[in-house]
Amino acid sequence: MPSHVSAFAVFFASIFTSNILLTNYLGMCSFLAVSKEMKTSVGLGAAVTFVLAVTTPLNWLVYHYLLIPFNLEYLRFIVFIIVIAAFVQLTEMTLERYSEPLYQSLGIFLPLITVNCAILGASLFMVIREYTFVTSLLFGIGSGIGWLLAIVAMSGIRTKLRTANIPPALEGPGISLIIAGFMAMAFMGFSGMIAVS
Amino acid sequence: MAKSKLLKTFTEPLGKNNPVFVQILGICSTLAVTNKVQNTMVMVLGVTFATALSAWTVSLLRKLIPSRIRMMVETMIIAAYVILVDIILKAYYPEMWKQLGPYVGLIITNCIVMGRVEAFALTNKPLPSLVDGLASGLGYAYVLLLISVVRELMGSGSLWGYRILGSWWTNWAIMIMPPGGFFILAIAIWMIRETVGKEVSHA
Repeated sequence: MPSHVSAFAVFFASIFTSNILLTNYLGMCSFLAVSKEMKTSVGLGAAVTFVLAVTTPLNWLVYHYLLIPFNLEYLRFIVFIIVIAAFVQLTEMTLERYSEPLYQSLGIFLPLITVNCAILGASLFMVIREYTFVTSLLFGIGSGIGWLLAIVAMSGIRTKLRTANIPPALEGPGISLIIAGFMAMAFMGFSGMIAVS
Repeated sequence: MAKSKLLKTFTEPLGKNNPVFVQILGICSTLAVTNKVQNTMVMVLGVTFATALSAWTVSLLRKLIPSRIRMMVETMIIAAYVILVDIILKAYYPEMWKQLGPYVGLIITNCIVMGRVEAFALTNKPLPSLVDGLASGLGYAYVLLLISVVRELMGSGSLWGYRILGSWWTNWAIMIMPPGGFFILAIAIWMIRETVGKEVSHA
């Protein structure tokens, strides 16, 4: 990733043209499993956005100020996972202790998030594309919003599907994947605007 | 452990308990590289290696791991094997390593690896766990390879980088783009469920 791409472009690209779910297939497991209800989708999407927005820049700091000076880049997988898991755990405990309503709406989704590929994926992309700190922050937020957008749209469509007549073998994950394919095509329509691979 | 039971552990994930079709697990990190057969091969080998050996290791340590922090310990073990894969790739196949980008690292969060460790290795002896992990990896591998064959053949008219279809073939660009992956996986799941006709749990 050339560094001249503006942070702003990366922000929009991560929401639309290179949506982390629809173009990189990251976070598919929870996307398929949790997209049945609109309310839970919004909760999970918000939790993912929050965690992505914090862990991506956090991992940037860890990578550039801890791993590179000590030549430990090859340990980044383990270190990123630890940072993500620790952050998620801390957030969950804080929410549980201080804000009951927020915990009920957001906190219960947090344990699901540690193993969400999108979170680790964003951190790894951030390293490979050589983003700056600000770009990483915007990339994290953008990826989260993109994921939220995709899962909320999906759950909206799935609500309608309940009354639809689907071939039995295609029910559940099958039809969801086809819808995801169409959504990916729709999101590709944005690629004329900004192209960041 | 009786031999027949080991054999059953091996064959189940290949067929009626296939991680991709039946459990819809672990498509996150690998679906992205199915637009080329070569990339897919490397990725599924990595996943199989990581699944089998992490299951074996966790099973060896299963009595020592405190249950409260077991997820963390399991993740560390998986990450260690994935780092091995990453380093080997980087050293011997730097071109491939560059193409796969972040996806090798994402094997860590592949649900299949964690799934087998949690569901099988924690309660079984090392040898069956190794077999189970290996079989789950292979069950996953052949499905993904199948998808990649279709995608590369239709999308680029080639297989393993060699042009197979003549110049008369017009490449279906959509196949190598993201939507193609979704469609082919959906169609594959549809076909399998239609023919096998098994009632399976809905994700």
